[in-house]
Amino acid sequence: MIPLVAAASGDTALAFIEIGAVALVLSVLARLAGRLGITAIPLYLLAGLAIGEGGVAPLDVSADFIQLAGEIGVLLLLLTLGLEYGGDELRHGLRTGAGPGVIDAVANFTPGLVVGLVLGWAPAVALLLGGVCWVSSSGVVSKVLTDLDRLGNRETPAVLNLLVIEDLAMAVYLPVVGALIVGRGAADTTVTVAIALAAVSVILAVALRWGDHLSQLLAPASDEALLLAVFGLTLLVGGLAQEVQVSAAIGAFLVGLALSGSVQARAAAVVGPLRDLFAATFFLFFSFSVDPSDLVGVLVPAGLLAVLGILGKLLSGWVAARSAGAGTPGRLRAGTVLIARGEFSVVIAALGAATTDGAELGALAAAYVLITAIAGPLAAKLSDRLASRLVRTG
Amino acid sequence: MTEVSETKLAGIGVRHEFTTASGERVSVLSHRTGRRELAVFSKDDPDACSTVLHLSPDDTRTLSELLGASPVGEAVSAVQRLEGVAIDWIRLRPGSAPAGTTIGAGRLRTRTGCSVVALVRAGETVPAPGPEAALAADDVVVAIGTPDGLRQLRLLLEA
Repeated sequence: MIPLVAAASGDTALAFIEIGAVALVLSVLARLAGRLGITAIPLYLLAGLAIGEGGVAPLDVSADFIQLAGEIGVLLLLLTLGLEYGGDELRHGLRTGAGPGVIDAVANFTPGLVVGLVLGWAPAVALLLGGVCWVSSSGVVSKVLTDLDRLGNRETPAVLNLLVIEDLAMAVYLPVVGALIVGRGAADTTVTVAIALAAVSVILAVALRWGDHLSQLLAPASDEALLLAVFGLTLLVGGLAQEVQVSAAIGAFLVGLALSGSVQARAAAVVGPLRDLFAATFFLFFSFSVDPSDLVGVLVPAGLLAVLGILGKLLSGWVAARSAGAGTPGRLRAGTVLIARGEFSVVIAALGAATTDGAELGALAAAYVLITAIAGPLAAKLSDRLASRLVRTG
Repeated sequence: MTEVSETKLAGIGVRHEFTTASGERVSVLSHRTGRRELAVFSKDDPDACSTVLHLSPDDTRTLSELLGASPVGEAVSAVQRLEGVAIDWIRLRPGSAPAGTTIGAGRLRTRTGCSVVALVRAGETVPAPGPEAALAADDVVVAIGTPDGLRQLRLLLEA
C-alpha cells in the first residue's frame, strides 16, 4: 500500500516552510499593492528577484515545485485573459476599435522590435520584445479605471475596446511568434506557423460562431464540476497545443475566448482564486530565473523603451479617445491609463526563455514591466492635473 | 420618456446615459457582477464624472423604490396616463366591516365599478387577487376605477 500521508521527510518539511513563507510574503505584497493602487505584479517580480539566483535570500529546495506551479499559472492567467471578453464584445471591438488598434500596434510594437535588432538579438526574439512593449495590462487598466471612478467617462469605452483589440491581436501574434521561436529551418518554421494559425482560426471561428454550444454544454455543471471541467479543458488543450508546437499558453487563451455567456462569467469567478495563486507563482518564478546582474546591463535599453512605450500609449490613447469624441483631458486620461504593461508582457518574454538571448529578454521585460506598471497608475492619477496645465498654457 | 443611450463596456458591463430636463448628464453602469454605479458628469469636463455612487444589488433596489420604480409604482404611472382612470390605496382599519370577509363577499366591483388590482399585506404584494381573496385588518387595497367609484369604494371599505 502506498502511504498517502507519509511522515514528512526533512526535504518535504523544508519545502513546506519555504513555500509557506513565500506565500505569506506574496500576500503582504498583494496588500501593499492594493494600498498603493497598483497591481501586485511588479512587487511579485521584485520578490522573485530577491529569492532567485544571486538574490538576497536564495531558495533552492522548492524551485521545482515553483516552476511547475508557475507554468500552470501561465495557463490559468491566459485562460482568464481570454475569458474577459465574449464573442459579442470581440466582434463589437473589431468594428469600432480597429483604427486606433492599428496605431496602437505600430506605435508600441515597433520600438521593441528595433531595439531588439539593434541589440543584435535573433529576429524572432526581437519580435518577442516588440510584443513585450506592445500590450497594455488589461488587469492594471481595469483596476485603475475602477479605482479612479472613470468607468462612466466618455473615453472609457474606447480604452476598453483597445484592450479587446490587443487581446484579439494576441490570439494571432502569440502562436506565430511561438512557432517562430521553435522553428528550426525555414520550411519547418513555415509548417509550424501554418499549423498554429490554422489551430487559432479554427478555435476563434468556433468561439465566435458556436461558443454558445460549448457554454451550454458546461452550463448545468455545479461550481465544483465547472471548475474541474474548465481547469481540465485548459490543461488538456494547452498540452495538445504544446504537442503541435503551438505554445500551451495559447491553447489556454483560446479556451478562454471560446467560452461565453453566463458560463464565461461563472468560469471566471470559480477559476479566479486558483488563477491568483498560480499566477503569483508564475510572476515569482519568472523573475526568480532573472539574474539581478543581468538587470543592471539592460537598464539603459529598458529605460529608453519605457519612455518610448509611454509616448506610444499616450498617442494611441489620444487617438482612441478622440475618435470617441472626448476632449483634451479625456484623451490624456486614456493615454496615461494605458501605459501599464503587465501579464501579457511577462508571458511573451517567458516564451523566449529557452533561446540564447532569453536571459537578456527576461531581464529587459522584467525591468520594463516594473517601470511601466508603477509609472502607469501614477501618471493616470496625475493626468487631470497635467491636462489642466496643458489647456491653460495651450 | 427621455432618450437613453446604451454603450457596451467590454469586460465590465453595460452603461446607459441620459440628460435630465435641467441639463445634467447621468450615467448608470451595470456591472456583470450585478453591482451598479450611478454617475453624474462633471460641469467642468463634460467627458468625466464628478460624482459616482457605488451601489450593491440591495442599494439599487432601495434607490429604485425611492425613485418610484417599484412594481406598484410603475403600474400607477401606467394607469395615470389613461384619462378618466384613477388609482387609490385604501387601508382597512382594524374593526372595519370588510376586514375578515373576502373581496367577492362585499360585491365591491358590482357596487362601485372599481377593480381591486392588488393587496399589500405586511409589505408583500398580492397581485390580481380573485373574489375569494380574504381581506384582513391593516391590508392595503389597491384599486383602480373612476374617481367617483373610488370615493364610494373608500366609504364601503372604511365603514
